[in-house]
Amino acid sequence: MKEVPISTCEREFILKAIRDRKRIDGRQTYDYRRLKVSFGMERGCCIVELGDTKVLAQVSGKIEEPKKNRPTEGSIIINLELSPMASPAFEPGRPTESGIEMNRILERNIRDSRAVDTESLCIVAGEKVWSIRADVHVLNDEGNIMDAASIAAITALAHFRRPDVTVMGEEVTIHSPEDRDPVPLSVHHMPVCVTFAFFDQGEFLLVDPNRLEERVMDGRMVVGMNMHREICTLMMSGGMLLVKEQVLRCSQIATVKVAEIIELIQKALDKDAQARQAGDKCGFAESVPANKITTNKKEPTLIDTTAAAQQASQVIQEAGPVDKPMSNMIVQAPGTVQIGEGLVNTWQVDDEDMESEEEEESRKKSVTNGREAVATSKPTERKRPVKAGEGIVSHADDSGSEEEEKVMLYQGDAEMKSTEDSTALQQPSNSDKPAKKKGKKKKAAQK
Amino acid sequence: MAAEDTLLRSIGCEQNLLSRPDGSANVTQGCAEKLQERLLRNTCESVVLATLHPRAGINIVLQVIQDSGSLLSCCINAACMALMDSAVPMKCLVSAVTCALTEDGQIVLDPDSKQEKESSAVLTFAFDSRESNMITCSTKGCFTPEKYQECLSACGEASKNISSFCRQSVEKRMSKELKVKM
Repeated sequence: MKEVPISTCEREFILKAIRDRKRIDGRQTYDYRRLKVSFGMERGCCIVELGDTKVLAQVSGKIEEPKKNRPTEGSIIINLELSPMASPAFEPGRPTESGIEMNRILERNIRDSRAVDTESLCIVAGEKVWSIRADVHVLNDEGNIMDAASIAAITALAHFRRPDVTVMGEEVTIHSPEDRDPVPLSVHHMPVCVTFAFFDQGEFLLVDPNRLEERVMDGRMVVGMNMHREICTLMMSGGMLLVKEQVLRCSQIATVKVAEIIELIQKALDKDAQARQAGDKCGFAESVPANKITTNKKEPTLIDTTAAAQQASQVIQEAGPVDKPMSNMIVQAPGTVQIGEGLVNTWQVDDEDMESEEEEESRKKSVTNGREAVATSKPTERKRPVKAGEGIVSHADDSGSEEEEKVMLYQGDAEMKSTEDSTALQQPSNSDKPAKKKGKKKKAAQK
Repeated sequence: MAAEDTLLRSIGCEQNLLSRPDGSANVTQGCAEKLQERLLRNTCESVVLATLHPRAGINIVLQVIQDSGSLLSCCINAACMALMDSAVPMKCLVSAVTCALTEDGQIVLDPDSKQEKESSAVLTFAFDSRESNMITCSTKGCFTPEKYQECLSACGEASKNISSFCRQSVEKRMSKELKVKM
């Protein structure tokens, strides 16, 4: 969906306010919005709220083979996803140009600046290394996704714990979290991005633009910096020209802001560490604020299910006898079963495009025992009459795939009779629990 | 049945927390993707009065923040709350409950991931809030028809609990507005 264009009067209003050194949400020029960092129950999961912009980061680790030219280094992968939840302008799947740009900045900021030590991720040189992956999902876009995403990514990496590994000669043992405490990643420094928005060809600048200010700005500059006043990333975009003094001024402002932000992140990490040690409940369920009108919470409740068993047996009795499932199955070969004899076709249609489907209703007799059965209130399966004189052969395709069970229906070799016959499909009405098989494949009839 | 087997874990919800989408809900319950998408879609389709919005598309985007069991029922509950929050006209509210059948035939309501893994069957039911009729059912594993009916009744009871929670949340949220109008 395309973004709704901003109206001219809105644009003029915002610009005029900025020229008067005012911001529409009441902040000062260099003020950040309220920053809140919360962690999930799992290690490496964190949500960052910068004003109304909400970003979720999740870190996971896998053991893989290292790159050929760097056999002793693990890898860090950062993936930024702009979900359609965040803004109707984002489309699922395909990343937009700005999305790719932001992804690159994040990667440069964290990976190329060596914020996380990759040499410590090596297990066996040349064979096994840890590959750490940080997925950043944008949940709500109210401006300045870049900063929120960078805070979320580095905080999640600092929060993450990977399983402990010991190497004894040739043997590599990965300890489960119950055996040995997981080990934190070695984070050297925390690079955080600060975004500056420029208006009137660089004459006015704002820190942490919100959504409307972003729509109106001429260009922006992203400065990625850490506690030690080292610039890790510098990026300017928007097609405007900046003077050297402006760039230096921005980096000085960034020093102050970054120090504040990192202090806040540290506090949040410490608080979470304390809570985990004390055995308190932690996670997003706990961080739902209790005194807001839009939140509600309910304690664990006991459900009285004593009546359930009696009700159940009553229902079964009232339901009456189940129609007997078809028991005339002929096993043709291992894995190939023929059900029914097939009936005569009354349509007198040409054979070439006839397709036939068959529905199996009994789970006990079904070949898909133990697979998922899905029943919804809308039956979507179409039923076609069966071809004349040909048996329906069901062949369970055991290709080892767990997801789909393909049922290929072959037509037997009998000739087609042209006699008219009732073409009732052998479908005993068992309305109790209609079961459908997943992923059925129709095979065109062969003469 | 033992006390802990029929325990519904604590439920929390937050509504209208995202500013960009028309409606949003964050549902926490306690603590096979395309199929689940289809299920959710069918459930919502049967409940939403789509004829009141011709030529309009309703996008439901779900983000799993944490999966500690009963994922599907949590998704259905979250989708229903978000639809409600965005003021889409619906026939009724949907409340979904998951239950697991252990090896020795015990029914465990609202299982966590460990219980789900050790069970012989996991069944998820979605009920409507007005007459407690079943809207959707999704099962994994083998079980007898008797056990199925038992699970159905047990989940029916639990779903009443969840729909009363939904109702409470909305009442709480609208309480300020109602006061002002009066």
